[in-house]
Amino acid sequence: MTTLLEIEDVSLLYGRIKALHGISLTVNEGEIVALIGANGAGKSTTMRAISGIRPVASGRIRFNGEDITKLRADLRVRRGLCQAPEGRGIFPGMTVLENLDMGAYTRRDRAEVGKDLAKVLDLFPRLAERRKQVGGTLSGGEQQMLAVGRALMSRPKLLLLDEPSMGLAPMLIQQIFSIITEINEQGTTILLVEQNAQQALARAHRAYVLETGRIVKEGTGSELLHDPAVKEAYLGVA
Amino acid sequence: MTSVREWIDSGRHAVAERWHNAPRWMRWAVIAAVIVFFYALPNREFYQWLGPIPTTGSNFGQVLFTVSIYVLLAVGLNIVVGFAGLLDLGYFGFFAVGAYTVAVLTSPSSDLKTLWPWLLALPVALVLTMVSGVMLGTPTLRLRGDYLAIVTLGFAEMIRVAATASDFLKGQRGFNQIPHPPGSYSDGKPIFGVLDPRPYYWLVLTLIILVVIGVRNLNRSRVGRAWISIREDEDAAQLMGVPTFKFKLWAFASGAFIGGLAGALFAGKQNFVSSQNLELLNSIIILAAVILGGSGNIVGAIVGGGLVAYLIERFRGIEFFGVELYEYRFMFFGLVLVVMMIFRPQGLIPNRRRAAEFKDRRKEVIVGG
Repeated sequence: MTTLLEIEDVSLLYGRIKALHGISLTVNEGEIVALIGANGAGKSTTMRAISGIRPVASGRIRFNGEDITKLRADLRVRRGLCQAPEGRGIFPGMTVLENLDMGAYTRRDRAEVGKDLAKVLDLFPRLAERRKQVGGTLSGGEQQMLAVGRALMSRPKLLLLDEPSMGLAPMLIQQIFSIITEINEQGTTILLVEQNAQQALARAHRAYVLETGRIVKEGTGSELLHDPAVKEAYLGVA
Repeated sequence: MTSVREWIDSGRHAVAERWHNAPRWMRWAVIAAVIVFFYALPNREFYQWLGPIPTTGSNFGQVLFTVSIYVLLAVGLNIVVGFAGLLDLGYFGFFAVGAYTVAVLTSPSSDLKTLWPWLLALPVALVLTMVSGVMLGTPTLRLRGDYLAIVTLGFAEMIRVAATASDFLKGQRGFNQIPHPPGSYSDGKPIFGVLDPRPYYWLVLTLIILVVIGVRNLNRSRVGRAWISIREDEDAAQLMGVPTFKFKLWAFASGAFIGGLAGALFAGKQNFVSSQNLELLNSIIILAAVILGGSGNIVGAIVGGGLVAYLIERFRGIEFFGVELYEYRFMFFGLVLVVMMIFRPQGLIPNRRRAAEFKDRRKEVIVGG
């Protein structure tokens, strides 16, 4: 297995507050890796460091064999690293199709983009129904699907998903996780941040547990799913 | 109140629908008729039939020139505020850079004594305003929202203070005898002069048409899509691979270019530039015009700029119970803006997207609260 993403001892500051204290993790090609933890543990911050929205204070990030620690966010997208932002990160004034088109902003191969658009609409039939509707008028679940679909339009090597199940009804959560598995089976590596540990661990090949800006545990999905401490803290069972 | 709004809205929707369903040739015919109307407007033979529209207190051709300059400025500021969503409170600073560059290079009162013709100074003025836009943008466009607004406000004030205090820029005494643009009639008389403001108005009108065509094409290109994405969600734009800083700088520079063009035209027309032309209020008026018209919509910016500049001039010479309305023009103006913010924050002729963004933001406030 080749390593696609490697984070080494990354720290990140918000002003004077240290949000990440030397985090290290790896994502191998073809995997689904989950990052779980409570509110404020630093999950989304880790994502921002990887996608380049926030600069890191120290440490290194390597992607596909290249050091990208200091690379601008938009250039990371061109290298094949794309994030679906958390929550309402879609463009509210653009239609569904325009949003998806923005996902392919860095690409010039229009014919291939057309094929990928068909694939995404196939994956999310709801988006196909609402293609002319403005993003801001979609329901929470539809917006979430749009964010994931839009990220796929960049044809990423590594897809970063920030809380894809946030605010969704249980039925929809099941559905979105099935789609994530499907995307992965079609060949996209996925790094997933989740509060819904149960679902995330069940679907992930490997996982990391994040607490107050530090990684406290790692293992395969099923190992962590059966770990007593994880069970107690994140799965709500003693 | 709501019923009046609904009535207005339904009327507007009916007009919009008609417009979109009209055949192509009919739309072009309407646009052509509007353009012909505005070319004909400064002629007395034409405007004497227009009832109360021509101004009473001042020369109508002169007023139309002023209005056209404001329209040009509103179209330029609309790129920055409307398309890219950057709040620029010092846009008039670029107008000043354009006007002063022309003045310094052409006027006999300038220390440089270069005495260039107007046309030679124009490209220099345009390049310098763009450079000043990039210089101002490079450090400040890393800031967002309120911070950017404050810094741009400071920029315009810096230029005003520099113009007032520096010997080189002549303060209130200013630069005189700035030359007119070239061109003469068949009988040898120059086209552009002090006596007849109409050729200047026609020149600016023509430039507005060219600028609007250019801006429209830009807005429909990849550049335009990048601007919209930055305005709607800057983080998300970055995550989609849009080099946000570069495009914000682009918006700033294009806006500055148009501001500088307006300044250069103004300097030629007035023959005179001094620090008294550089009131802070001008930046606010242009911003208000863009917001009033409908930020993000080119037609909205034109209507806003035209309406605001025209109304200010229209108040001149009208007495109401012994007070001249002109003295109270900014009070009316403030009132209109407050009413607009309450009832129609998206502007008179809003942009479809902007309207959706407003709704979206309102939703966010409710969720957050």
